[in-house]
Amino acid sequence: MTSTGLLAVYPDNPSVDLARTLDLANFTWKGVANPDTLARLQPTEGWMGAVVACDEDPEGGWALCRNLRRLDRPVQRILVLITGAQIADLEMRDNLFDDFLLTPFHPRELEARLRHLFYNEISAPSAVVIEHAGLRLNLETYQATFDGRPLDLTYMEYELLKYFAHNPGRVYSREVLLSEVWGYEYFGGARTVDVHVRRLRAKLGEEHAHLIETVRSVGYRFGASKWQG
Amino acid sequence: MLDAQRDYVLRTVEERGIRLVRLWFTDVLGTLKSFAISPAEMENALNDGMSFDGSSIDGYGRVQEADVLALPDPNTFEVLPWVDAKSAEARVFCDIAQLDGTPFEGDPRQVLRRNLEAARKLGLVFYVAPDVEYFYFAPRNDGGRPVPLDQGGFFDLTTTDITSSLRKETIRTLETMSIPVEYSFHEDSPSQHEIDLRHTDALTMADSIMTFRFVVKEIAAMRDVHATFMPKPLEGVQGSGMHLHLSLFKGDTNAFHSESDPYNLSDTAKSFMAGLLRHAAEITAVTNQTVNSYKRLVPGFEAPVHVSWARNNRSGLIRVPVPKRGSELATRIELRSPDPACNPYLAFSVILAAGLRGIEEGYELPSEADANLFEMGDAALTKLGIEQLPQSLNDALRVMESSQLVAEALGEHIFEWFLRNKRAEWRKYKTHVSQFEIDTYLRSI
Repeated sequence: MTSTGLLAVYPDNPSVDLARTLDLANFTWKGVANPDTLARLQPTEGWMGAVVACDEDPEGGWALCRNLRRLDRPVQRILVLITGAQIADLEMRDNLFDDFLLTPFHPRELEARLRHLFYNEISAPSAVVIEHAGLRLNLETYQATFDGRPLDLTYMEYELLKYFAHNPGRVYSREVLLSEVWGYEYFGGARTVDVHVRRLRAKLGEEHAHLIETVRSVGYRFGASKWQG
Repeated sequence: MLDAQRDYVLRTVEERGIRLVRLWFTDVLGTLKSFAISPAEMENALNDGMSFDGSSIDGYGRVQEADVLALPDPNTFEVLPWVDAKSAEARVFCDIAQLDGTPFEGDPRQVLRRNLEAARKLGLVFYVAPDVEYFYFAPRNDGGRPVPLDQGGFFDLTTTDITSSLRKETIRTLETMSIPVEYSFHEDSPSQHEIDLRHTDALTMADSIMTFRFVVKEIAAMRDVHATFMPKPLEGVQGSGMHLHLSLFKGDTNAFHSESDPYNLSDTAKSFMAGLLRHAAEITAVTNQTVNSYKRLVPGFEAPVHVSWARNNRSGLIRVPVPKRGSELATRIELRSPDPACNPYLAFSVILAAGLRGIEEGYELPSEADANLFEMGDAALTKLGIEQLPQSLNDALRVMESSQLVAEALGEHIFEWFLRNKRAEWRKYKTHVSQFEIDTYLRSI
């Protein structure tokens, strides 16, 4: 899935767990430090919504929520993160948030709440072109190019690269790749994935072979990890 | 999935402006055959196959029906990287079928498919990684002795040398054609090179070897150099082999690996090796199919002569390489007899059949022969129960002739045609009076 709008996230350096969950769920987001940056970074169509962590800095968090409601394009959907001890704070603030989640949170729960909250704004990938670090895949014509040069792939190589490019930065086990790209019924075993990754790397050439990284004893990742925390 | 693959191929033909699609297949002797179709015919070819007269193809001829069908395998579709983009060409490997769609028994690719199916029924996938050796020579059309292009030796750094740049260009081309290269280096003999391919399943690898031989020769020919896979082109130096690293996988588990065995070999691996050893003589005519092949299989040139195995003894038929620590996926065996002049589809077929027979019948692996067998006398070898590989094509054919295993693996059609064709080759050789005989006998007798 991909979201159509931009999420405001407070604080501007959110926790690794929060950033990772947002990225893996394919939300586009920007960290905001205070009401000033919130107004300055506001996209022309307005913020799609906001995730505000009130658990560490309740004062700043609630202040930001107030500002979100007061923007020239008021933000309609706000999810706040609070600790269990802060539940009482919710009272009298019902106008400042639309959903809340206790920290520490389970990434799955956050993802589910966000998906529900932004149900109308997220959709299955509709893009016909995927681009990443010089790689360009046209899903309609099945053509791949790297820095503008055509990259000739066999069907399975193309399918594998497409799967990777849909979710850069995400680590996939061989088993997942096998079932997602080849289908469960495929007989060859996860070793097939290794063979095709090696073939893809060879085609990408020495310079770009690192785009598909081996993650030891886990599987493969396309593109660099975004969360070094 | 098949529909999506077809769609992908057709769309690529259109988008890349492919002018010609070459349909590749292989005759019984392992020669690459090809005919070209226009892009407009591609959809039809993918759906129904292209019929052609098979009677002119070595080993395809039959009594009643000459026409056969070429069925492109869409997953092997590749744009040819050495052809100018303005007149882009692509190739696709084909399975050959009878007009009613049943597999054609004369098609080596179908033979390999049938043998792989036997492994699959046991839940096993056959993986192969070849080390292919070959020579570069100056071109000459007068039939004289080949002229090497350099005097380099094993691992020599001959950077200015044309053959090194040829090898580099060849590797680049192979990698853009989905054939990853593991290592490459200058081999022991002058102008001899080795390129080691990264393992794949056996069918993909047989296709890759066909492509490999074509690419090596094609790239060399563009620079007016002659590349050859002849097993022993030069007297007195090492010939060209094609050592095969073999393993069987059950799902994601290496069926050849055992944690508890001192050599990390599982019972499956041992029985497979025992099968290869017991049937070695029977399959040699297929893995070493030319008169010239047997001039490589002689003592003193790192080629195997004896039917034996060892962990680190290059004079035996099977070597068990020591894998890197903790890398159970790398446990494998290396069969050292095959040469690059073989038909890879048929060679893989008989090798697999011999190994599987060992597994099915639970053959016992004979003990390791770690001494240098080249230095042992015949009596000592007999005492150890170690036999020699066939000494000539004729010897090999005689053993093959009575092999039920090879007849089943190849199928009657190819089995009979192969024997007939190779006996004719032997007869021609036997009646040839060589320079050796002239030099040795003409004056003295």
